[in-house]
Amino acid sequence: MNKIQRVCLVLAVLFLGGCADLKELTGTSDVPIEERGAATTGSAAQGATGASSQGVETAALPAVGSGDGREMAANLQGTQSGRSSVVGVSPEQAAMLKDPNNPLSKRIIYFDFDSDAIREEFRGLIEGHAGFLKGNSAARIILQGHTDERGSRDYNLALGQRRAESVKQALTLMGVKSDQVETVSLGEEKPVSEGHDETAWKQNRRAEIHYLGE
Amino acid sequence: MSYFFRLLATACAFLAAVLPGHAQAGMTIEIVGAAANRIPLVIAPFLPAGASGDDPAEIIRADLSRSGLFKLVDSNGLGKPGEAQAVDHAQWRARGADALVVGQVSKAADGRLDIRFRLYDVVRKTQLAGFSYLVPATLNRAIAHKIADLVHEKLIGEPGNFSGRVAYILKHNGRYELQVADSDGVNAFTVVRSPEPIISPVWSPNGAKLAYVSFEHKKPVVYVQSLTDGRRKAVANFRGSNYSPAWSPDGSKLAISLSKDDIAQLYLISADGGDARRLSKGGALETEPAFSPDGKWLYFTSDRGGSPQIYRMPVEGGEANRMTFEGAYNVSPAISPDGKYLAYVRRDGGSFHVAVLDLENGQTQVLTNTQFDESPSFAPNSRNILYATMVNGRGVLATVSVDGRVKQRLTIPGDLREPAWAP
Repeated sequence: MNKIQRVCLVLAVLFLGGCADLKELTGTSDVPIEERGAATTGSAAQGATGASSQGVETAALPAVGSGDGREMAANLQGTQSGRSSVVGVSPEQAAMLKDPNNPLSKRIIYFDFDSDAIREEFRGLIEGHAGFLKGNSAARIILQGHTDERGSRDYNLALGQRRAESVKQALTLMGVKSDQVETVSLGEEKPVSEGHDETAWKQNRRAEIHYLGE
Repeated sequence: MSYFFRLLATACAFLAAVLPGHAQAGMTIEIVGAAANRIPLVIAPFLPAGASGDDPAEIIRADLSRSGLFKLVDSNGLGKPGEAQAVDHAQWRARGADALVVGQVSKAADGRLDIRFRLYDVVRKTQLAGFSYLVPATLNRAIAHKIADLVHEKLIGEPGNFSGRVAYILKHNGRYELQVADSDGVNAFTVVRSPEPIISPVWSPNGAKLAYVSFEHKKPVVYVQSLTDGRRKAVANFRGSNYSPAWSPDGSKLAISLSKDDIAQLYLISADGGDARRLSKGGALETEPAFSPDGKWLYFTSDRGGSPQIYRMPVEGGEANRMTFEGAYNVSPAISPDGKYLAYVRRDGGSFHVAVLDLENGQTQVLTNTQFDESPSFAPNSRNILYATMVNGRGVLATVSVDGRVKQRLTIPGDLREPAWAP
């Protein structure tokens, strides 16, 4: 018996598995064991302890995976936006701003593909809101930029931001104070139309004006 | 010669018997492509015929077959070979198998399961691996995935990804759920549920936390949430938009995109929140940061050259180098954990495909051919890329190997997007 075979026999006795002929070892499995590494080479036997200490690597299977995930869910339904009530429009102004007969109820500026240029047809709409904001220094708006669904979600957030900034720049050139306007982007995440063609996409490339306090 | 290549050579002899496409699809997985030469393998039942309960052999078969690297050979008519019996190698060779997995499940006195398996090379008539696991019954599936990982490692030379988990966003009944599931789509559970969009889930390097972007305040805000206790914190909620989180390799920082000073710029913040340190200089849209595994480089998307392209700059500051040149739209960089590959999305006409750049030899390969592919994310073994695509107007998750040869699709019900493979 060479040295390797002797080592194997020792391992076989220790681990009740071993690298010798398995036929010799049948019938010994009634002895309780926690873990057994039974392999033909020493390196594989070392792998056994590394790969399955105590039989299983529970650290790789976090408790969160075996429990009821719903208990841990941070359910966001009903969260409030937490905006300040010091600024913003009054309830009367809010009703006026939403009146369909009031030009200020028009809030959406559409854009061409891959563009943040404001089309001439929307100049009047923006001027109307500029006039209201200049006359009501407590009024605040959030300008939301949106894109169509094509391409990277994160890059679309950047493109949507650029559209919102484009409208903000037009407003400030008309005399609106920049602290009355916050620009944010919703990228492709809040489409008006859920379709997957140009008819839907052109409705989704837009900036929306939202008054605080509405 | 490695075992893998020897088997490949052997497998050529069996090529006529290898059917293209579906081998044995798992319950929720559709295989849409496979390697040309697959290792013929028998995974014998672990449970006796007629026994109740999940047979680990079924899970191991599903895992290995969807990898596209194995051809499963059935053991019909040969009964259930005992785990501790001598193996009749010639019998399995006659079936066309190169390798054999035998195993058994028994119940220990304390109610735990004793799961044992052995992997044999029936060509060389040797045992390649043999383990037993004494575990709670709830870990039956986990152990089966672990065994599949080991079989993959012994026969292919690299660990499998079957024990891994994925995070993704499910859009369901007009609500958004951030879910974490096993890599076969089983055991999905929800960690965040919101009526407003959630995007960009990214795992902390130790897998204990997820950063993501939530629109619950009608604008993008970056959160970090613990997976162990479910608590979360808004770590970036500056004026304007906050998005595109990427963990530093040591888990201490996040690179993010903010609009507070300019339209879209890159910043570094502590993973606990606090002040943001600006990294980019302005004048262009800069977003989608991704750290190199050594923490020295930041890859990102910028339109500074007139079209969105991927650049790389030192995290400590300095000049950026452009990484992508072909095409007018290359976005969403992801670096493999071994640092060898840059996966990204490129636009070809009206289609968006996952491409990979070999950072060692500079070669680019387009890996996918569906129309709206996005959000590539590497598996821990750097071998597979998980991404989102669209099939019949519905978002689905798919994987592709870095050589483009093996593709598979996860068919979890619902509209899925934004996948991220756990580290």
